[in-house]
Order: sequence, then C-alpha cells, then structure tokens
Amino acid sequence: MEHIISVTVENKFGVLSRVAGLFSGRGFNIESLSVAPTLDPSMSQMTIVTSGDERIIEQIVKQLNKLIDVIKVVDLNETESVSRETAIIKVHTKDEDRAEALRIVDIFRANVIDSTPSTYTIEVSGDPKKIEAIINLLQPLGIKELVRTGRVAVAREPIRPATVQAKKVVRE
Amino acid sequence: MILTGAEIFIECLKREGVKTVFALPGGVVLKIFDMLHQQKDLEIILTRHEQGAGHMAEGYAKATGKAGVCLVTSGPGMTNVITALADAYMDSVPLVCFSGQVPTSLIGNDAFQEADNVGLSRPCTKYNFLVKDVNDLATTIKEAFYIATTGRPGPVLVDIPKDVSMAKTEFSYPNSVSIRGYNPTYEGNKWQIKQAAEAITKAKKPILYVGGGVVFSGASQELLELAEMTQIPVDMTLMGLGAFPGEHPLSMGMMGMHGTYQANMAVHYSDLVIAVGARFDDRVTGKVSEFCPYAKIIHIDIDPTSIRKNINVDIPIVGDCKTVLRELNQILRATVNGEQKELRKPWWDQICEWRQAHPLTYHQEKDGPIKPQQVVKQLYELTKNRDPIVSTDVGQHQMWAAQYFKLAKPNRWLTSGGLGTMGFGFPAAMGAQAAFRDRLVLCIAGDGSIQMNMQEMATAVVSKLPVKIIILNNRFHGMVRQWQDLFYEGRYASSYLDTTPDFVKLAEAYGAVGLRANKVGDLDSVLKEAMATDKPVIVDVQTYPYENCYPMIPAGGCNHEMILEDPPELKKKQSGAARVTPEDKDTVLTA
Repeated sequence: MEHIISVTVENKFGVLSRVAGLFSGRGFNIESLSVAPTLDPSMSQMTIVTSGDERIIEQIVKQLNKLIDVIKVVDLNETESVSRETAIIKVHTKDEDRAEALRIVDIFRANVIDSTPSTYTIEVSGDPKKIEAIINLLQPLGIKELVRTGRVAVAREPIRPATVQAKKVVRE
Repeated sequence: MILTGAEIFIECLKREGVKTVFALPGGVVLKIFDMLHQQKDLEIILTRHEQGAGHMAEGYAKATGKAGVCLVTSGPGMTNVITALADAYMDSVPLVCFSGQVPTSLIGNDAFQEADNVGLSRPCTKYNFLVKDVNDLATTIKEAFYIATTGRPGPVLVDIPKDVSMAKTEFSYPNSVSIRGYNPTYEGNKWQIKQAAEAITKAKKPILYVGGGVVFSGASQELLELAEMTQIPVDMTLMGLGAFPGEHPLSMGMMGMHGTYQANMAVHYSDLVIAVGARFDDRVTGKVSEFCPYAKIIHIDIDPTSIRKNINVDIPIVGDCKTVLRELNQILRATVNGEQKELRKPWWDQICEWRQAHPLTYHQEKDGPIKPQQVVKQLYELTKNRDPIVSTDVGQHQMWAAQYFKLAKPNRWLTSGGLGTMGFGFPAAMGAQAAFRDRLVLCIAGDGSIQMNMQEMATAVVSKLPVKIIILNNRFHGMVRQWQDLFYEGRYASSYLDTTPDFVKLAEAYGAVGLRANKVGDLDSVLKEAMATDKPVIVDVQTYPYENCYPMIPAGGCNHEMILEDPPELKKKQSGAARVTPEDKDTVLTA
C-alpha cells in the first residue's frame, strides 16, 4: 500500500544520500522524494512516497528514525493529510489545437506559464490523479517535455471549536 | 590554548580515556603521526595492514567494552579498513576510526590517494563525519565517541583532511553532547515489562534466547539472576557466548545453525521465547516461518529496528538490556514462587531427555588422526583456570570453539558473527592483548583464515603481543568442504589448500615461536609448551581433514530438523579417506 512519509532532517550535506542509501540498501521502494529547507534553515523537510506492507512501512519508519540526521518521522497515512504535486508540461500545439489546449488548461485550473507560436508550457497542481488526467488529455496534442515535483504533504490540523476564538474577540 | 588540528586530535583522545591507537601512517596523516610520536600518553601499535588495525580496535573494544580506536590514511588506507568497519557494524562494536583525507581544496579533484571516505563508509558505519574546519574538530571527536558507545554501539568514522590537521585554533573540549536526532531509549516501557513478567510467571516451557546485546550492556549479572530465580534455561547465540556461564546447569549452550541439540529443540518447542539483546538472525531462526511455532515472543533490544524486522513479536520492549532486566527481576521477585518449578517440571524432564539423547559428540581414536574437537576440548581444560580471552576466525573451527570452549564470563569471546570475516581472529586477539598485557589470549584459527591477516604476526612480535594461535590445520577451507560434501556431491571446488605454508617455519621467520602437533599424544605437551611461552606462538595442529561440524541445520531448514552426523554415504567415503595421507594432493581431490 502507498504511504506518504514526512521526514524532518538536518539541513547538512550528505543527508539526502543517507536517506536514499537507506532505501536502496534495504531494498525499500521510493516512488517520489522531494526535499527543501524549512522555516528554520538548519532543517529540511522531506516528503517520501513509498509503498509496502505494514511490516515494511514499520521498518522504513524505524530505520529512518535510526538515522542520526533524522529529527522526526511521521507516517501521514496514520492521520488526515493533504498532498499536492506540481507538473510542468510543454505541449506541442498546431494552430488547430491551440484552443483545445487552452480549454483543457481551463478545465483543470492550470496555468499557461510560457507560450511560443508552436508550444504552450502549462503548470498544473493537484493530487496525482488530477495530474495523470491532464497528461492523458494533453497527450494526443503531443507532449514535448514533462517534469513533476513529486508529492509534498502535510497533516491536516485538527479542527478546534470556532467559539473559543470568537469569545476572545468579544473580550477585546 | 592555541593548538594544531593534530594536537587537538591527541588531546581529545586523551580526554576520552583512549590508551591505545592501532594505526598505519600515510601522506595526509603525517602531521598527526608526528605529534603522536612526540607524546607518551597514547600507545601506538603500528600494524602491517589497515584491516588489521580495524580488527585490533574491534578486539580491544570487545574485550574492554570501551571504544576501540584506529587511525589510517586516505585512499587505500581507508578502503583497506572497510571490512573491519562493516564487521563492527554488523556486530555492534563501538569503534572510532580516524581516516586522513586530501586537503579540503583538493577534495573531489581525484587527488593522489583520494577516496570518498564518507561515501565509502556510509553503509557500514553507524555515523560518519568529514571535518572541514579545524574549529569543528573537538566537537566532532566528542560526538563520534558518544555515538559509537551509546545506544546500540557501532563504528563511527571521522575523516580529517590534511589541512585541518595542520591548521591552528583555540582548543576547548565540550563537556557534553546533544544531538537532536539521536536519543537512544534506555528505559523500557513499564507496562510492557509488567506484561513480560506476567508471561514469564505463567509460561510452562519458557526459554531465554540471549545475544551480544547482553554482553555490551553488561547485563550478565541481571541475566543470571533472572535465569536462576525463574529456572529458565538459557540459549546463547554465537555473539552471546559468555553472557551466561557456559558450565552453569541452566546453560543450553549455543543455538542456531551449529548449536546444540537441546538448545535448538528447546527453542522450537517452547511456549515463551524471551529474546534479550538478540536480533533473530537467519543463522539462528532457520526457516523464519517455522521458527518457534508454539511460542509467544518477548523481545528486549535497544534498537527499535531489530524488533519485528524478521519475526513478529508479542511483547516488544525497547530499552537497554541491563536496565530492563533489572526492572523485570524486581517484579518477578515478588511473583515467582515454588509453583513455577512444579509447572515446569515436564519441560525440564523433556530438556534432560534431549540433553542425554544427543550431546555434542565426536570420536577420537587413540592412534588416529587428531580430531579438531579434541584440540578445543584439551585447550579448554588446560586454560580454563587462567580465565583466557578467546578469539576465532570464521568457519568450522569457530563453531567447534563455540561448542566446546565454555566461557564463564562476558567479554572473553572475540568472534566475527554477522559479517563472518575470515582473518578477524588474530588481529582481534592482538587488540585484546594490547588492552590486557598480562592476560592469556588465545586465537583459535583455521589454516585458511589465519592466512588472511598473517602479516600481523610482525606487529605481534614487534609490539610484544604474545597471542597464542592454535591452527586447526585440516588443509581445507573446512566449512566450504563440509557444504560441498553435503550439498555438492563432494566436489571440492577451490576448497583444498594443500600443505603450504609451513606454519612453524613461518612463525620462526617472523621471530615468533612455531610448534606442531601431529598426533593426539603430542597435543598436551605442545599446548602446555605454547602456554608457557612469553612470545607469540603458532601451534600448527594437523587435524583430520574430513571432520564435519554437527549438529547442523541446513540453511533455510527448521530448528528441530538438525543433521546430527554424516549421512551414511559420506561416512562410507570418509572411512576410506581417513587412511590416505592428506599430503598427497591427488588422493585428496579424488577421495
């Protein structure tokens, strides 16, 4: 089963290869991995999409925790979470296709971020299914290039009763 | 105090309580060696090969319980020590290895003797550092020792570029370390411990399965208390030997592929397995799906990844063996009473039956060739009162040593378990000897594996490390030959080593003492002579070449399905082979 694992690590050289080496060395699977510094520049946040049965995921989480440069590991499948992926797609467009391309962009709330007489470069964000769907629709037009970021995800914040905040406002 | 990197290195080592450094110099570490040369607090043992330095540091660590330290140069120095790092990583040996590196300005330029030391050692160290700034050196060394010796111990590499060892800075040694991503758990979960105690009180057929974790955590006393209080038999893994007294009535001996019959039967038929500081290695579990099918499993280990890695566990307890056992004993003292003894009587009857049915056996004819088991047995009888430290290489001789040399205390057993590194034994024994100059240190070796680090005999002679090497010389890679006999129809592909070298002459060439035993009758006097010498000794014992090591669980087999002796067709073949002179190569190969 697919799991999204969020890993907070030290922002130092070599950390990415420690994490990647762990996955390759133990035969775990990485579907996507994205990494960038957090608000605190001494730390980075990784989002790893992986798959495996319960036992493998348990090992992945434990092995990640064992790495000395890893500060925190959260298996986002154990909570509610939201995830997004961005794709940039360069589409070859003949004159008669250009309107169709724009219609697809519109339907998927995507953006055209670059345009030449024979191409559109389209940016789209969403869950992987949405990205797959727009790719499928654009493919007949001719995709020249495609890059995807891999998924990033955060846990949903638990919903607190709104009344608490309202009371505060009244007092002020 | 303004010091160079090299001086800081020495100051830090002193403050960590290091007494001995196993080292081999090279271009980029010359500054450090130059400073080491000008001080008296640290002893430098100059090895002949970096792998030797690594294993010596391991032997030192296993015998003392403290971190072993080795120092090697860049490039080939580093690649040579990798086997020792991998070995230490598998067997959780606290080791701090310092490697030289080309100057920071040259890193990545394919400079002379450059290697990516951090990249090379990443999969076989607990952690590794590249020190790019001399200001970080002291903190890094402090962290390296901290990581190597805490939690589940392991090897740590510190890579020091040449310019860092030359550069100067103000020296101050940090008093403590805190690493936000590293907080080993020592205290076990109280509720889980209570559950474990309850299970232990109720169990009808319990068994303790103890590993190297007990040795490293220093939990032998607690283990002894637990076993005696509850009258639970104790199975030891290869790494756990010495954790529990080998001659104790509760000791079942070693378990696993070449473990004793009673140890393997007991674990298979038990209803409660209490694993302490062990990791359910495949050489212990055999076929995982049928490992102790009737048992509930309690697993105590400091490393959370060990738990549920190979085997599903009912009561996992993450924590230090000593701390957890102490707490467990405290609960059990209140709950254990006479009832358990009554409850477990049938279990003990069964165990006694197993013990009597198939004890460890071999047949030594009075005038026949020397059986390897006989050598270990006699060596044990001869030396047990001197509380020796015993190291082994890897193979048949290692298993016989594990079966017949019954260690009374922990930290006396130096062997390569996880990685199975031939060539480990001799340098490891030297490391232990360097730590304990006046103790008796034995190295039981095979004629194949001893040659893998033979060059260290020069170190032993020069550094006055009087290790006693006993070679069980069967002129074969014995374990390979055993498998070929059992599973490859006796085709001895690349397992026959012939009769070279002459180990007696070889010892003499190095300035050590060489002795030989050809007959059983020679053994006693030769071994006594060896033990009385104050120099390094090689005892070349000419043993029966076709002896096989039993019991044996074939790889992937079940623990209760042991092979206990040579199959009939092999016996028939070997009764002929026994009469041929092993010196005749052709006869051996066609035997």
